Amino acid sequence: MKRLLSAAILSVATAIAAQAQDDPQTGGTLNLVVQPEPPTVMLGINRLGPVSYVGSKIYEGLVTFAPDMTPLPKLAKSWDISDDGLTYTFHLQEGVKWHDGEPFTSADVVYSFGEYLPEAFSRTRGVMDRVEEISAPDDRTVVFKLKEPYAAFMIIFDSTGGTIVPKHIYEGTDIFKNPANETPIGTGPFKFDEWSKGRYIHLVRNDEYWQDGRPYLDELYFHIIPDANSRAIAFEQGQVDVLRGGDVENIEVNRLGDMEGVDVTTDGWEFYDPLAIINVNTRHEPLDNPKVRQAISYALDREFMIDAVFGGFGKPAYGPMTERTPYYDPEVLTDYSFDMEKAKALMEESGVEAEGGVYATLDLMPLPYGETWQRHGEYIRQQLKEIGIETNVVSVDVAGWVERTTTGKFDITTNFTYLLGDPAMGVGQTYRSNNQLNRGTAANVDGYENPKVDDLFAEGARTLDPGKRQEIYSEAQKIISADAPVIWSHQMEYPTVYRSKIHDLITTAPGLNEGFADVWIEQ
Amino acid sequence: MSDFARRFLGSRSGMIGLVLLVLLVLMALSADLLYPQDPWRMAGRPNLPPFTEGFLFGTDQLGRDVAAGIVHGARMSLMIGFASSVAAIGVGVVVGAVAGYFSGWVDDVLMRLTEFFQTIPSFMLAIVLVAIFSPSLESIVTAIAVVSWPPIARLVRAEFLSLRQRDFVKAARVGGHSRTNIIVSQILPNALSPVIVMASLMVATAILIESGLSFLGLGDRNFITWGFMIGAGRTMIRHAWWLSAIPGLAIFVTVLALNLFGQGLSDVLNPRLSRSTRT
Repeated sequence: MKRLLSAAILSVATAIAAQAQDDPQTGGTLNLVVQPEPPTVMLGINRLGPVSYVGSKIYEGLVTFAPDMTPLPKLAKSWDISDDGLTYTFHLQEGVKWHDGEPFTSADVVYSFGEYLPEAFSRTRGVMDRVEEISAPDDRTVVFKLKEPYAAFMIIFDSTGGTIVPKHIYEGTDIFKNPANETPIGTGPFKFDEWSKGRYIHLVRNDEYWQDGRPYLDELYFHIIPDANSRAIAFEQGQVDVLRGGDVENIEVNRLGDMEGVDVTTDGWEFYDPLAIINVNTRHEPLDNPKVRQAISYALDREFMIDAVFGGFGKPAYGPMTERTPYYDPEVLTDYSFDMEKAKALMEESGVEAEGGVYATLDLMPLPYGETWQRHGEYIRQQLKEIGIETNVVSVDVAGWVERTTTGKFDITTNFTYLLGDPAMGVGQTYRSNNQLNRGTAANVDGYENPKVDDLFAEGARTLDPGKRQEIYSEAQKIISADAPVIWSHQMEYPTVYRSKIHDLITTAPGLNEGFADVWIEQ
Repeated sequence: MSDFARRFLGSRSGMIGLVLLVLLVLMALSADLLYPQDPWRMAGRPNLPPFTEGFLFGTDQLGRDVAAGIVHGARMSLMIGFASSVAAIGVGVVVGAVAGYFSGWVDDVLMRLTEFFQTIPSFMLAIVLVAIFSPSLESIVTAIAVVSWPPIARLVRAEFLSLRQRDFVKAARVGGHSRTNIIVSQILPNALSPVIVMASLMVATAILIESGLSFLGLGDRNFITWGFMIGAGRTMIRHAWWLSAIPGLAIFVTVLALNLFGQGLSDVLNPRLSRSTRT
């Protein structure tokens, strides 16, 4: 009897505990790390990683995305897409207010997409060129009319590409110099409170947030800690609760992840979908020779690179997409598994003449994003040496790297691109011949020109039927993978380290660049 | 000269320094014999601890032999240390000699210039110079030389100021020697002993500056250096301490050797000075 009773008590207690697990609790402070310190937190004018991380809590887009890239409601409650794919009608949420108390209306959306974003952001400007007209039939409805169908159109409506900004503050001003950029006003779950430069950025709960009962948290601190080892220590000592990928070296992640009450996840990168690549300037000899590029690709032991340099986070990539990308087709890709003999044979076949066993001496410019990328570059350098390509290592700062990469002043450089949830958005830009220099580091800086590939990407963007798109993108992947206009290093995986008491931290495709309205801490 | 050698042999610190230095130079010279393979080559499994079979100092994150890096790094460190010191001494001696011999407005101009360089923290200036001219072997040697010559110039000037009043200089002048001749063959030999002592210490400083630059990622990435090895090992310090500790020890031993050697030289060349500092 006694045993039965205790069993009953135990089961009740377990039930209560389970209940406690499931029911979000209100209150609490979440301590995060933002690094490097962002130049601004006004998400409309700048979308660098740290800006997006902080800004996405203050500003919102019309939609966000589930991990499978299905659009989910945000400022838009619902939407209709006409059968011809030309008319997108968004129905906005009721009772949304800006942080300064002004009501949010369809006029803000029309202003954001009609004037603000085309001025502030080249990617959105490019997509808006496809739009014939934006109109607002009433306060709660916005209609986009396209010139021709564009399959990736919904992608621009997330908070980082389609930041909705207040018309009453920005209309008729210089958006880059508006003093309001210092005190951002958004519709998001958290309001800007204080920025102590070099120390922290403090956001507080938006009590008038449009979603009832949210956000659960009282405040967010984004701590600014310049050194990776100090960030690891801050996490160990409990000063911060979440580390983003890149905040600490990947090799440290495994150690921190083994701590009591700490979890590690690689989820939340389905939207950005980062792909590490090695840009090879096909304008320069001998990189114009596909056999040389294939040889380089075969000469890299991607498994070793991922394990030794990237702490085991990542998967080999042999083509322009990752397994997270819609329409990824591994069947059609050339298998660039490590094969040094094949690499050497390809160099011999290439027709490039060798002098004393050296086919060429090229500049190698590693991405200046910390030690990990330096090791990556050193590894590539050694492997190139094996196949008879000598390299001079060029060290540059970030600004110099961006300048040289976007203007084509390099032979070989390491890089990574965000594939952004749809091949019509983030994949094609790296291979289309009309998107070469001075168009950002993810553009076709390699100078690859293939009319067939151009046609396929144009066709894929216009086509709405998923079956047809699969055919188009499979063919594109097959051609590009064989041609190797860039050398794909690996599908990057960014581990997020966080305390297990934090719930619903990463639930959507943008991951930590979500508004955090649903995040709660178990007390 | 034999007197000099005998006195140097009697200086214990000087001898320890000399022996260490000779060993280091031999190691640097025989780098290609000891480790004929490229030190950047991945030679074994990553992160092997020291004294693993075949790898005296273990391997780093990419499986590179740390011992090979130390031996080849010695060559770079000593080469950069000596080259930049020679350049700095060349500039320093010329500036100091001209300023000290002619004095007056020439002295004023040259000394203000020297002070200009001395007021800027030397390591900061070296960083700026290397960053501007992009990191390469030449730019690093130049940057270290640019920040190192002022103390030499001031030392040589002080020696010249006092020596130019001596009788033997006056005699040379009366004897019709040219100015260049007086500076180069009369005064300079008598001013050299403190310069030599300072030079040995300067090599040590140059090696430290180069290591600092490499540590910060401003080294020439085509060559392996000790500072680079420490910088690269820093991110791994909780997993593979030897990646930073062993090259750190190498720098320590080298700088210690140069300092002991310099102390020995000082004892021999400036007996009065060293005796007075000892008491």
